[in-house]
Amino acid sequence: MQPSTKKRPLYGLIAEFDNPSDLLSAAHRARAEGYRRMDAFTPLPIEGLAEAVGFEKTRLPLVVFIGGLCGCIGGFLLQYYPNVIDYPLNIGGKPLNSWPAFVPITFEMTILAAALTTVFGMLAMNGLPTPYHPVFNAPRFEMASRNRFFLCIKARDPKFDLKRTREFMQGLKAREVSEVEA
Amino acid sequence: MGGSTQENLPPGGGEQPLIGPGHSYGSVTDKISAIVLTQRTTKGWYLGFAISFALVMTLMAAITWLLLKGVGIWGINVPVGWGFAIINFVWWIGIGHAGTLISAILLLLRQRWRTSINRFAEAMTIFAVACAGIFPLLHMGRPWLAYWLLPYPDTMGTWPQFRSPLVWDVFAVSTYATVSLLFWFVGMIPDLATLRDRAKHHVLKVIYGVLAMGWRGSAVHWHRYEMASLLLAGLATPLVVSVHTVVSFDFAVAIVPGWHTTIFPPYFVAGAIYSGFAMVMTLAIPIRAFYKLEDFITLRHLENMAKIMLATGLIVAYGYMMETFMAFYGGHAFDRFMIMNRMTGPYAVIYWLLILCNIVIPQSLWFRRVRTSVPALFVVALVVNVGMWLERFVIVVTSLHRDFVPSSWGMYYPTAWDIATFVGTLGLFLTMFYLFVRFLPMISIFEMRGLVEESGKKG
Repeated sequence: MQPSTKKRPLYGLIAEFDNPSDLLSAAHRARAEGYRRMDAFTPLPIEGLAEAVGFEKTRLPLVVFIGGLCGCIGGFLLQYYPNVIDYPLNIGGKPLNSWPAFVPITFEMTILAAALTTVFGMLAMNGLPTPYHPVFNAPRFEMASRNRFFLCIKARDPKFDLKRTREFMQGLKAREVSEVEA
Repeated sequence: MGGSTQENLPPGGGEQPLIGPGHSYGSVTDKISAIVLTQRTTKGWYLGFAISFALVMTLMAAITWLLLKGVGIWGINVPVGWGFAIINFVWWIGIGHAGTLISAILLLLRQRWRTSINRFAEAMTIFAVACAGIFPLLHMGRPWLAYWLLPYPDTMGTWPQFRSPLVWDVFAVSTYATVSLLFWFVGMIPDLATLRDRAKHHVLKVIYGVLAMGWRGSAVHWHRYEMASLLLAGLATPLVVSVHTVVSFDFAVAIVPGWHTTIFPPYFVAGAIYSGFAMVMTLAIPIRAFYKLEDFITLRHLENMAKIMLATGLIVAYGYMMETFMAFYGGHAFDRFMIMNRMTGPYAVIYWLLILCNIVIPQSLWFRRVRTSVPALFVVALVVNVGMWLERFVIVVTSLHRDFVPSSWGMYYPTAWDIATFVGTLGLFLTMFYLFVRFLPMISIFEMRGLVEESGKKG
């Protein structure tokens, strides 16, 4: 890498690893070193890696619960409104709000709303679709979807210093450390 | 354990590995993505696709004629108004259920062996539901008014009958189709990113890139992604049970003898999973031979599926037994007549064929020799597919054709158009499957990488 050729602003430094355990220990060391704004890129989910790069907890389950609840209430009202308010039909004096008959559709609508919330919630929280992301400028980053593991410390990390961070990352069993343009 | 086996199993039984020896993250990725990206399309693929596509054209012709002439071209009439359309609908929907079972329930139960078969089982679900959906629509007689089933404030001032199982069906099946599609697509996002990164051709790169939506394998993304998969699995599990339950309500809520029984929901769900696994097996066995995937879809996978078929087949057998028992124990003259008519009436041959296909022949799966012999498994799976179709024929036709008043009895015979439509959907199903194995990763690459890691630790 030639640091002198860079004209565009820097997104961060990225280190490439051979296996998940090297990456995981590197992430732990970077966190212990005081780095906070970093991310790791792997071809498969690695247990504990999200926590190691400083991710706390996802609110997805809560959002899905709310979605499901809306589906449940909406599904019931969808049947209650026509049968009781808009078009009440008295058939042999049977109750208009015959809720047991409304259970299957209420159930299906709950599942449908919760599933849609899960998928679109996950995509929205992950910021997908992302048409452009600087990390794709990293050399050999296409291997992140095959068998290489990457750790990126972003330039906007308060502790980031091009020279010192590079030296730190080079001491992490990485195959290579390179700069990523924004 | 330990008996002699056909395909070089390690002696002494025990847990066989889920993936062949010598695989790494890279080799798994290359092997699965090569099927889509670099391997030449074989003559076999073209031939199979051509035959399937010809059947799709048959389906189109059959549908066109139906739209011109009406449902009179089918064999349905009073008293058997349901015929092939509903038989095929229930059969196809049932087949879909194994895909959801493999992807959702086995995920929740942490059955790692599901990994190599879940992707194409899910694809099978979607294609089967697509075939299923055609039948009730056509059966309505005026399919262009299908939207009347949906609740919307229309100019006629009316609403669908929300207390009818047929309207429940609309909600259940459309929810099932939507959720299955979402589950399938979300499961594919990381693999689409792999294809994007590995495609050489610019156009392919763009197409897979758009589909992958910029997935970059971020640790934080993976965390939410895994949570989403778990949540979807948790939602799909009750859904799959509810869908076939609702389908069984189409029958069980009616008062026709042979339909009006409480055993229908559980026995329909078990039957659905039974036929679904038979179909997964029917597809998996040729695919693993054709694409040389024996390392990934191992004998252990086939054996596990055979065991599930055996278990669900026994539940189905219990269902048939209880139906017969309750017909006599219930002391209801029409029920008793219905079961006697099924066993000895004009359709008795079909009933006994059904017993042979669904109960007698699958008992061979008790033997390890059969469970580990690929040709034998293929034959049993085909037999069960046929058996489950016959079961739906027996339920629909023998119950309706002689119900209460002898003056309104009648016989049902399918016409050539019935058969053309059914065979046409088989073609549609296979056509979509051919396209799927050619253009999308049929085995989940990122989940297979997880298996590499495991076997790497052990050895």
